Amino acid sequence: MDFLWTKHIWLIPFWPALGALANGVLIPRARKTLDVVSTVAIGSVAMSFLCTVFLTAELASLRIGNPAPVEYFRWIDAGDLRVPFALLFDPLSATMCLMVTGVGLLIHIYSMGYMAHDPDPGRFFTYLNLFMAMMLLLLLADSFLLMFVGWEGVGLCSYLLIGFWHRKESANRAGLKAFLVNRVGDAGFLMAMMLIFVTFGSLRFDEVLSNAAIRQASPTMLFAITALLFVGATGKSAQLPLHVWLPDAMEGPTPVSALIHAATMVTAGVYVVVRCAALYSAEGAASALVAWIGVITALLASLIALAQTDIKRVLAYSTISQLGYMFLACGVGAYVAAILHVVTHAFFKACLFLGAGSAMHGTGGQTDIRKMGGLAKTMPRTTVAFWIACLSIAGIAPLAGFVSKDEILHHVFVSTYAPARTLWTLAIITAFLTAVYMFRLFALTFHGDEQAMKRGAHAHESPSVMTIPLMMLAALAIVGGLALGLPYPPGLHLLNHFMRGWLIIGRHHGAEDTGGLGLALALAAIALAVAVSGAVLAFRFFRGPYRRVELLQRRLGFAYTLLSRKLYIDELYDIVIVGPAVGLSRLAADVTDTRGIDGIVHGAAAIAYRAGEGLRRLQTSHTRVYALAMLVGAVALVLYLARGMLF
Amino acid sequence: MVPLSWYVAVACVLFTIGVIGVLACRRTIVILMAIELMLNAGNLLLVALAREFWSAQAQAIVLFVLAVAAAEVAVGLAIIVRMFELKGTLDIDEVNLMKW
Repeated sequence: MDFLWTKHIWLIPFWPALGALANGVLIPRARKTLDVVSTVAIGSVAMSFLCTVFLTAELASLRIGNPAPVEYFRWIDAGDLRVPFALLFDPLSATMCLMVTGVGLLIHIYSMGYMAHDPDPGRFFTYLNLFMAMMLLLLLADSFLLMFVGWEGVGLCSYLLIGFWHRKESANRAGLKAFLVNRVGDAGFLMAMMLIFVTFGSLRFDEVLSNAAIRQASPTMLFAITALLFVGATGKSAQLPLHVWLPDAMEGPTPVSALIHAATMVTAGVYVVVRCAALYSAEGAASALVAWIGVITALLASLIALAQTDIKRVLAYSTISQLGYMFLACGVGAYVAAILHVVTHAFFKACLFLGAGSAMHGTGGQTDIRKMGGLAKTMPRTTVAFWIACLSIAGIAPLAGFVSKDEILHHVFVSTYAPARTLWTLAIITAFLTAVYMFRLFALTFHGDEQAMKRGAHAHESPSVMTIPLMMLAALAIVGGLALGLPYPPGLHLLNHFMRGWLIIGRHHGAEDTGGLGLALALAAIALAVAVSGAVLAFRFFRGPYRRVELLQRRLGFAYTLLSRKLYIDELYDIVIVGPAVGLSRLAADVTDTRGIDGIVHGAAAIAYRAGEGLRRLQTSHTRVYALAMLVGAVALVLYLARGMLF
Repeated sequence: MVPLSWYVAVACVLFTIGVIGVLACRRTIVILMAIELMLNAGNLLLVALAREFWSAQAQAIVLFVLAVAAAEVAVGLAIIVRMFELKGTLDIDEVNLMKW
């Protein structure tokens, strides 16, 4: 048997791509029933998941820290630029692919129930499969250029799926907004890629991300590259100041929010930073930038989440906040902790979104948490899953969210970066706020006062095709953290163990000394105390009569308005960027185009027309006038020819 | 021997008469005849010059002009007949449909 899965990485993105092709083009329109398209879509993702599992098993058994990329064919050969179509399956991409295909599979199954009453499931599953293929290409690519193909591909699918219900004006606007804001980030990524090519003469990971190559690059160039890559990451991962698209992206169907805008695509930015860990470790200023943007985003997003009333928007701001944690971890050099949080976040956030989708499904599409409530009685399974995920994200031990968040907090605390304590303080405040807003959401949606309980009585539990994936994600949200990242003893940290060969990079801010077990326990106790107090406080308060909530809102006055209006960032962008851009477009359309360019075209036509108007008067239909004109012409011609003889 | 200049003079006079005939007369038949006069002025000049310079080409051209003139008269007369049938007049100024 010389069949090696290692040689067949291409199978992972191939299956979803085939599924998209089948659902989109090959299956005739008349046969695109929900059963057919969902079977194709789920089957293709399941195949992809199986391939990933086999590849990962082989990777683990071969015990190679850094496997070589597999080159399939020459892709671009232009002068100095040589980019082959090569895929890389190393521990980092293996972890990410397992998460993407695993969570993706569960969400695909859930979608079968959620989209059951949609008139166009064929289009939905085509986009979803195309997204999976592009995401996997992004994760498996062996060069920045191929990664960029996947990067743009997931952006496209995100746009298509946000605007899936294209008859809704707001959905179209949200899709456009997501696409345009992402363009800003993409421009950063592109420029970073050009600088990488100028500096390193290659776009392949093994040639760019080697310590030898990095040592030769100038620090200024390294800072420019890492900062621009981070601009790309902030666009895709919705960090300040490019976070504005993600809350609006909730216009898409809920499984899309769960898959793309919580679990997978938005973590692509984190993946890029972790993938380029070698570059970031060599460049301290950019790492500090990443950490600060991360922690500020985490704090502000969790503050905004406190005052949102749309169930999916709360979750969207929560996603932004959790992504901030991941970048904070990257910034202090805790790359494995960042990836661990990516994975656990995928579990509990997908569970939260699917739970929210189930609640919306059961209440006929209600998304306003003030009008929900009391679902605990009528939707027991959804409630339990949502409750577990809430505990997990709030950071209650020993659930997945606690494990990964605690690891990040620990790494921040012991990092050698000077203002590490400030970062840690901000992060722990965010942890408290996370517990508060999650349990506010949970209390208002599933419990609430008597009035709310009465409203909830009309809801109905979702079908098992939706609740079973929900249960499985909830189970992962419980055990996912400890299974992958057991904090003690160090040898049993599975992810660390798996990625150890990959992690041979100089840490910049990361300290080798983690401060011992005592410090770890103390930090964990603080984090747990903060989380529990936040959760209990919020649950007790928001469970009570809603009048009290309104009273508090009035007391807070402007502070509450500021948060509920999302710090007026959208308004600010409207004035500073959107307004001038629209104005400039108007100017181009109404003045430059209609008056300038159209003026030239119409003017030329008008000149010809007027000239014809005037000249046609010569056509008198008097034959003798014509004859006279001929004579005059003939005489003139003769005089002209004979000019030499006459003069 | 009649000198060449006399032939040229006669041809010029004939051509001028023809031009005046075309421009001044309104009757279509007369215009057609005046055109014939101009053609023959040209022919006369060609023949005279052919004799002066012993050119066979010029004489051949004269024969061609005669043939073409015959054809032209045939077509011209046919047009005049149709014109009379349509308009009931031979006045060239009455035929003025083809204007702006």
